[in-house]
Amino acid sequence: MKRAALVPSAFAFARATRRLAGPVRRLGAVAAAGTLSSLSLAADIPLNERRSSYEAMSAATKAMQDDDSANPATLWVLDGEALWRASAGAAGRACADCHGEASQSMRGVAARYPAYDAKRQTPVDLEGRINICRVEQQQAAALRLESKELLALTAYLARQSRGLPIESNDNRLAPSIEAGRQLFQRRQGQLNLACAHCHDDHWGEKLAGNAVPQGHPTGYPLYRLEWQGVGSLQRRLRNCMIGMRAESYAFGSPEFIALETYLMWRARGMPMESPAVRP
Amino acid sequence: MGEKRRHRAGQVSSGTRREVLQFAGSVALGGVLPSLAVRPAAATPATMQSAIAAVIGDAKLNAGRVKLEIPPLVENGNTVACAVVVESPMSASDYVKAIHVFNEKNPQPNVISVKLGPRAGRAAIATRIRLSDTQTVTAIAEMSDGSFWSHAVDVVITLGACLEDPL
Amino acid sequence: MARALIKVSPNPRRGEVIEIKTLISHEMETGFRHSTTGAAIPRDIITTFVATYNGEEIFSAQLFPAIAANPFITFYTIAKESGTLEFRWTGDNGYAASEQVKIAVE
Repeated sequence: MKRAALVPSAFAFARATRRLAGPVRRLGAVAAAGTLSSLSLAADIPLNERRSSYEAMSAATKAMQDDDSANPATLWVLDGEALWRASAGAAGRACADCHGEASQSMRGVAARYPAYDAKRQTPVDLEGRINICRVEQQQAAALRLESKELLALTAYLARQSRGLPIESNDNRLAPSIEAGRQLFQRRQGQLNLACAHCHDDHWGEKLAGNAVPQGHPTGYPLYRLEWQGVGSLQRRLRNCMIGMRAESYAFGSPEFIALETYLMWRARGMPMESPAVRP
Repeated sequence: MGEKRRHRAGQVSSGTRREVLQFAGSVALGGVLPSLAVRPAAATPATMQSAIAAVIGDAKLNAGRVKLEIPPLVENGNTVACAVVVESPMSASDYVKAIHVFNEKNPQPNVISVKLGPRAGRAAIATRIRLSDTQTVTAIAEMSDGSFWSHAVDVVITLGACLEDPL
Repeated sequence: MARALIKVSPNPRRGEVIEIKTLISHEMETGFRHSTTGAAIPRDIITTFVATYNGEEIFSAQLFPAIAANPFITFYTIAKESGTLEFRWTGDNGYAASEQVKIAVE
């Protein structure tokens, strides 16, 4: 069926959903049922059935991710490397001055973030950790969330974990993982849907011509063709929530950190792909 | 078509009454719709033909020798892999002079125009393009002997289900 | 800030046809979009890309708004001699960027 495209508006989404058959009508029934407990409906995906959304992509998009010289996110990685080596702030220090070569010191770091910060007694994600270092160690201003500089640094750091399995085995993260799970399974927005309804219960089925992914954060920050730029996991979550006609959490909010922590636990053991490419 | 059209600021130029009505209808939906509620004049198959005519003049367009490699089904029209390969010895006396790519439904019919010569060794290019809608894309190669060859491919564009507001 | 990424075999054999991949950071604002308030966003694209090999032009392209953001262009040339490949991008609002890569031909 031929489809009109590239009209990113609420109107377009509403128009698209009216034309949809099967899966969304079923989801609509789930949403309307209300009496069905969303917790019992959403079972965890068995560990050996977990798939990265890489597998559902077209050959051309996979090729874009696999070839560093064709992956636009490489430009952000190179920028991140330059920032890593540049002195900053009143202390006139570069990240490299304390941490040396990122390929060694940062290897595996992105695969186990968000991590528990014992001093703050709360999980901190990679963006948060970078900003803590900038403010406390470099005496520089924090980088704005979703800014090109912060995305470049997180892309550079995440690249150092490519191929390594996601780790989530710190017991101190348990309350945050549980809070994130509650958010993932909570009905919200005008469609009264929970994340789990699509991504735990109906992954692999089609929504508006595209396969519903399981939603694992294996490739962040990533180059999204829709954005024509690199964005963080939180930006993608915001994207999802707006798509569900729900009010998105703010960047850096405790809700987003809890969701990130839960999603990394949900994807534990899966290999990192950062920086990935996605449609 | 010697008629002049007066353009007031913000008015979109459109050729047919149907396009004018579509434009008026989309504006009537309300100012709160973000972004592309106001549609610019779109290329049409006729505009693409005149853009092609501007390049080939009244020369004949032969089918063959050119292969436009573009996926038939695309996940996102923002970035579509597009390659053109032309059979040619690329010798000093027989080579591909230029490759042009056209589309029929974007706001503008031209996509890319490339100049080559015998030093290329191989008449092949690859890039990534934007396609606003399901449509036909056409690649034309201009040979050193003045002949033109072409290949056209139909591409279907899909769109992601969950779209965000601008940041 | 990194603007361009070039991939080419650094040590080709003489006469070998080599692939050159180029990627540059640029939003390629089409000029056909409008902001949420309805104001037109002006066009801002790379319009021309030229590659030279020891000063001699080996490839050039005219780009239109239909080229995707962060333009990626792949083409070929014959590895004639050692020297410098230079790439130059120019565009709207006085945009200009260039990148050089040395190759050693056996």
